[in-house]
Amino acid sequence: MGLGIKDRNRLAKRGAAEISNGMLVNLGIGIPSLVPNHLTHDHDVMFHAENGLVGMGSAPDKGKEDASLCNAGGQPITIRAGASYCDSTVAFGMIRRGLVDITILGALQVSEAGDLANWIVPGSRVPGMGGAMELAAKAKKVIVLMEHCDKKGISKIVESCTLPLTAKKCVHMIITELGVFSITKTGLLLTDIFAACSISEIRYKTEASFTVSDNIHILQE
Amino acid sequence: MPENTFGKICRFEEVVHLFKDHQSILYGGFGGIGTPPGLINLILETGIKHLTLIGNDTGFPEIGIGKLVTQRRAKKIIVSHIGSNPNAGSLMNNGELEVEFSPQGTLVERIRAGGMGLGGILTDIGIEADIVRDGKQTVKLGDEHYLIEPALTADIAIVYAEMADPYGNLIFDKTARNTNPLVAMAGKITIVEAKHIVSLGSMDAEDIIVPGAFVDHIIPSKGVDWKWAWESKTEID
Repeated sequence: MGLGIKDRNRLAKRGAAEISNGMLVNLGIGIPSLVPNHLTHDHDVMFHAENGLVGMGSAPDKGKEDASLCNAGGQPITIRAGASYCDSTVAFGMIRRGLVDITILGALQVSEAGDLANWIVPGSRVPGMGGAMELAAKAKKVIVLMEHCDKKGISKIVESCTLPLTAKKCVHMIITELGVFSITKTGLLLTDIFAACSISEIRYKTEASFTVSDNIHILQE
Repeated sequence: MPENTFGKICRFEEVVHLFKDHQSILYGGFGGIGTPPGLINLILETGIKHLTLIGNDTGFPEIGIGKLVTQRRAKKIIVSHIGSNPNAGSLMNNGELEVEFSPQGTLVERIRAGGMGLGGILTDIGIEADIVRDGKQTVKLGDEHYLIEPALTADIAIVYAEMADPYGNLIFDKTARNTNPLVAMAGKITIVEAKHIVSLGSMDAEDIIVPGAFVDHIIPSKGVDWKWAWESKTEID
């Protein structure tokens, strides 16, 4: 991941703005895991973990880790009031039934139609899909937090994905270090732009075509 | 140790004879959490190989089922994720390990179907993904198309529980529950490694997650002998 911690937190902060109290939310590993840091301390959001938990809390203090209490990435966590444990089939039942309001995850490519590729680079990196197919296909809102371009500087927002898909037409919103796109029926719409960027810079760095919202929001940080 | 009323409580040495080359083994655990450490070590000591391993992921190189993968005991794995165990990826890429990827929710539901005596499940997850769909039948019910995903069982299921009684009734600890209750029900032989073995009747019948009818052998655990990922600061990628 090429983004520094400041940029990562800017993306996480913008992602957090999509979350409201009462929601059931699943966060992927990497930048999405920073999202809770940008909610108020007394929030009433229930974070879901695929291994079998609703009501995930923050990371424990050092030395207070419990080997039996971890997130889906194997990292120690805590629980909040109102939390519950379940087995993994029940955790996925919630996903397939569409009970997860928002999932925030990373991506390798997103197409202008909202197709998502985030689990395999054939011949090189093949980690497996984990729970990404269920989350991408069934969460009510799918938000991608990712670096705008890959390590070679190639746009990750593409006309159509060249990598194998996780799910078709599933992404609703893309947040990068340059700005925010909504995927609409008529294509990509740039809704927010970070103050340090220009629309021409975003056009230059984006393979897919997009329109610019009439009331574009300038994100100060 | 409580009275061994049902003859299920035993020592690791007493189940050694159950493990053989070419077996299929279902294992509980998620990123190594909830994988039975003593049974993994026992399988390593038996020297058995050419195994088919079925579970959520391949753990980490020296954690959970990862140890068996690292020591090349598996010929095939059926999992949803191998990203935290680079050895699994290397063995797959050089052709030494066959990997069947199954979406995480589908995989556990296939295991549950096996445990419930069903032939398979219907799901639309992965129906548009070649790697998931290829070789599988589809069926149309009403207006919806579904993949037929076959149930999974195995010769042996290995499980980690927080607490067991002599009948094999099981209770789990927090997120160490994960896939364990499903795995416990899907083995032709189910072996449970339990942190605590308590007397019959001392667990509240309302609290029991897996009824002991599914369990064949119960072994007291000696605890985890690996360093957890967060202790060595390797973050899962």
